[in-house]
Amino acid sequence: MIEFFLNGQPVAVEMESDTPLLWALREGLQKTGTKFGCGQGLCGACTVLVNGNPTRSCVLPVANIAGQRVTTIEGLQGSHAVQQAWLDENVSQCGYCQPGQIMSAVGLLSSNTNPTDEDILTAMTGNICRCGTYPRIVKAIKSAAKILRHQSLPDPATEKTSGGAL
Amino acid sequence: MKLTRRKFLIGSGVVGGGLLLGFSLRDAVPVPHTRPDSFQPNAWLQITPQGEVIFQLDKAEMGQGVMTSLSAIIGEELDYDPSKMTIEFAGAHSAFKNPQMGVQITGGSTAVMTGWNPLRGAGATARAMLIAAAAKQWQVAVEQCKTDDGFVIHPDGQHRSSYGELAIQAAQQTAPSTIALKKPEDYRWVGKSLQRFDSADKVQGKTQFGVDVQLPDMKVAVVVRCPQFGGKLISFDKNSVAGAKGVKDVFAIHSGVAIVADGYWQARKAAGQLVVEWNKGPLAGLDTATILQSQKNALANAEKPFSIMDEGDVGKVLADAASVVEAEYSAPFFHHSPMEPQNCTALFSNGQLSLWAPTQTADIARAVASHFTGVPQESIVVESTFLGGGFGRRGYVDFAGEAAAIAVQQPGVPVKLMWSREDDMQHDYYRPTSYHKLRAAIDASTNVVGWHHDFVSTSVLSGFGVDLMHAMLPSWVPEKIARGIGQNVADFVPAYDISMGEGTNIPYAISNRKAGLVHYDAGIPTGFWRSVSHSFNAFAVEGFVDELAHAVKKDPVDFRREYLKDSPRHLAVLNLAVEKSRWNIMPRIAGFGRGVAVHESFGSVVAIVADVLVTGDQYAVTRLVIAVDCGLVINPDQVIAQMEGGAVYGLTAVMKNGVDIVDGACAQSNFHDLPVLRMNESPVIAAFIVPSTNKPGGIGEVAVPPVAPAVANAIFAATGKRLRDLPLKLNA
Repeated sequence: MIEFFLNGQPVAVEMESDTPLLWALREGLQKTGTKFGCGQGLCGACTVLVNGNPTRSCVLPVANIAGQRVTTIEGLQGSHAVQQAWLDENVSQCGYCQPGQIMSAVGLLSSNTNPTDEDILTAMTGNICRCGTYPRIVKAIKSAAKILRHQSLPDPATEKTSGGAL
Repeated sequence: MKLTRRKFLIGSGVVGGGLLLGFSLRDAVPVPHTRPDSFQPNAWLQITPQGEVIFQLDKAEMGQGVMTSLSAIIGEELDYDPSKMTIEFAGAHSAFKNPQMGVQITGGSTAVMTGWNPLRGAGATARAMLIAAAAKQWQVAVEQCKTDDGFVIHPDGQHRSSYGELAIQAAQQTAPSTIALKKPEDYRWVGKSLQRFDSADKVQGKTQFGVDVQLPDMKVAVVVRCPQFGGKLISFDKNSVAGAKGVKDVFAIHSGVAIVADGYWQARKAAGQLVVEWNKGPLAGLDTATILQSQKNALANAEKPFSIMDEGDVGKVLADAASVVEAEYSAPFFHHSPMEPQNCTALFSNGQLSLWAPTQTADIARAVASHFTGVPQESIVVESTFLGGGFGRRGYVDFAGEAAAIAVQQPGVPVKLMWSREDDMQHDYYRPTSYHKLRAAIDASTNVVGWHHDFVSTSVLSGFGVDLMHAMLPSWVPEKIARGIGQNVADFVPAYDISMGEGTNIPYAISNRKAGLVHYDAGIPTGFWRSVSHSFNAFAVEGFVDELAHAVKKDPVDFRREYLKDSPRHLAVLNLAVEKSRWNIMPRIAGFGRGVAVHESFGSVVAIVADVLVTGDQYAVTRLVIAVDCGLVINPDQVIAQMEGGAVYGLTAVMKNGVDIVDGACAQSNFHDLPVLRMNESPVIAAFIVPSTNKPGGIGEVAVPPVAPAVANAIFAATGKRLRDLPLKLNA
């Protein structure tokens, strides 16, 4: 039994300890918003936040996140500035990589609400999109950053913690 | 109401459109998702008495935006806000066969092109029947009634009924033999940049792709396949995975060894442990160099390439030429790699087989599932899901055949077959290799007077013909006969498959012109790859056109304009791209180069101006300016999106390695050794639309073909080096 916080709620999964977090989320907890793309941490489709940091869940054994805080696309509840910006820019095409893209963008903006183009590329280059939505992702991140700069409230979904106990 | 039991054949011409609307709701299998009490004037539309308007979307949504564009088309003529419709993936049915292809396929950029008339007709027919129902009820003339977004209204202000209120009466009306279509100036949704209807779910992770199908007590399966194409299973040791946790069953299927487990990780780990022996099959020892050499030899030894185009006397003008320009171009095998690896969920229960498949070809999936299980097609239901990218890969349904074969061995248990990324890359239907020889004759006045293009590649029918015919022929044709005909198609048609010549029929006013194809099949599975033969033919043609411009010392744009004066659509996109890119205003930066290409495909014409920056033996593509004429535009924002996306997809095949064959197998395995374009390599892209009132053309593939030649031409402008082999490498 491995326990951790998922989107603010305590959860427990019974899976072999080497099972990647991705499969604990998708199969153990039926949270299918996080996607399987490569299984090797190369494409970013499985990106979630662990203690606020963008993390490839397909290569992270679930045992390693015991007691940690995991945020998935479901945890943004559709109301995050990044999601709104994605809608405004009509970013998604097939949409398969977008939960991972969005989580990487949320991770970036949680620590930097005024990213340069270079900051954006550094944060996002680990996320592949085969539909080629890159130009719109860049636009959406900039517009989300603008929204976030005008919001003074901290974002609970991405509040960084040092890990720690349940 | 027993509407679906009525003989319901609508054959009608539309005023001004002359379209043929012929489909029957009666079939060996009923139209999927039929509500018993709904008004169902055709296979696409239902209106329930409760007021729900349901659209059966018969094309796969793989990112290209058909959920939004096709809904807008049918909603426009129904006069009902498409964003309020219930949109369902239609599943497989003969009513939904692609009129250009005879099977239910989403491909060839045909969704809007082929849906435009039937969907408008379907919407307008329903609207006419709703009006007829209202007029009868109100005892007024039909001509006095109007509609307004889901309501029929009478101008006296007394009468107003919703479509739902009229549904039962509408179903009793006779479909009109002719219907009037809206005037373009009255469009409310067509031609507008509607926000995609699938966006809200997609940004919340709620969209159900194939991999997200969940059924009670579902198991997960993986298949261990022979790395060599055409290899066969000799034996496997079941005991080698005996202790593996969660593993429920291990057995052979047609494509390898299936492992069924409680979860993906358990199945995948067991697959790694499985001891298995393969016969490598007929391709053992084959490698890329041998294939490319054999392909070259096939072209060199061909006595007479199959003629695609032959006008004037090319031989004579080449013999008489003041100078002859010659070049050879080539393209490698290339992978699709949609972000969602192949998968399919299947359940076999009481003789019925149900498939949930992310597929571009629902009815071929049904035929293939039948082939590998013996379950008759009538007993197979295919439900489509969202596709995590298609790009042509999901026109092949090997995954559906595997899932079906596994499910029939696990009766009553739903099984989700999952491919790994490695499976997906190593068992793809790759874009075929191609090799081109081009010669042009230039006369004493530096006019290009002759063009000769011979090339060799592999027909998509080689790998597709059997399944295609199986699905295309009516289900009463016995499977053996259908597949036998398909085998004949696959064996004998490729040498004459003019689709391989797509894009070789040049728009340039060169009066002596000739193109011929030679078919060569190395046995490696090949198939549709976004824009298919256009992807390599445009590279060769537009690269060579650039060479000719330089040979006669003309600016590449001026040269094209001169030879395109009788091709107004080409000229218009070229001029727009040139204007928007400020072609003549070159930045003074060392290593900068600018190139252009223009290409027609799938009923649309696209011009691209590419900017590159070369540093040593490396280059970056810094900007693409794209202009498209795709006829009448349904959703301008999504046309732009497809220009952006198509260009990025095309750029991967320009800048990244193709698939290497070693010992009859794909030598690479994942995104580390088959890299694709990432955001830091993605150029600034600006796309523009040439306004048009012509019938809609395709958009999903059309940005791909001109990318490669535009970049090659830009690299030449920057370096003076003419790169003629894909991927484009300065250090090759």
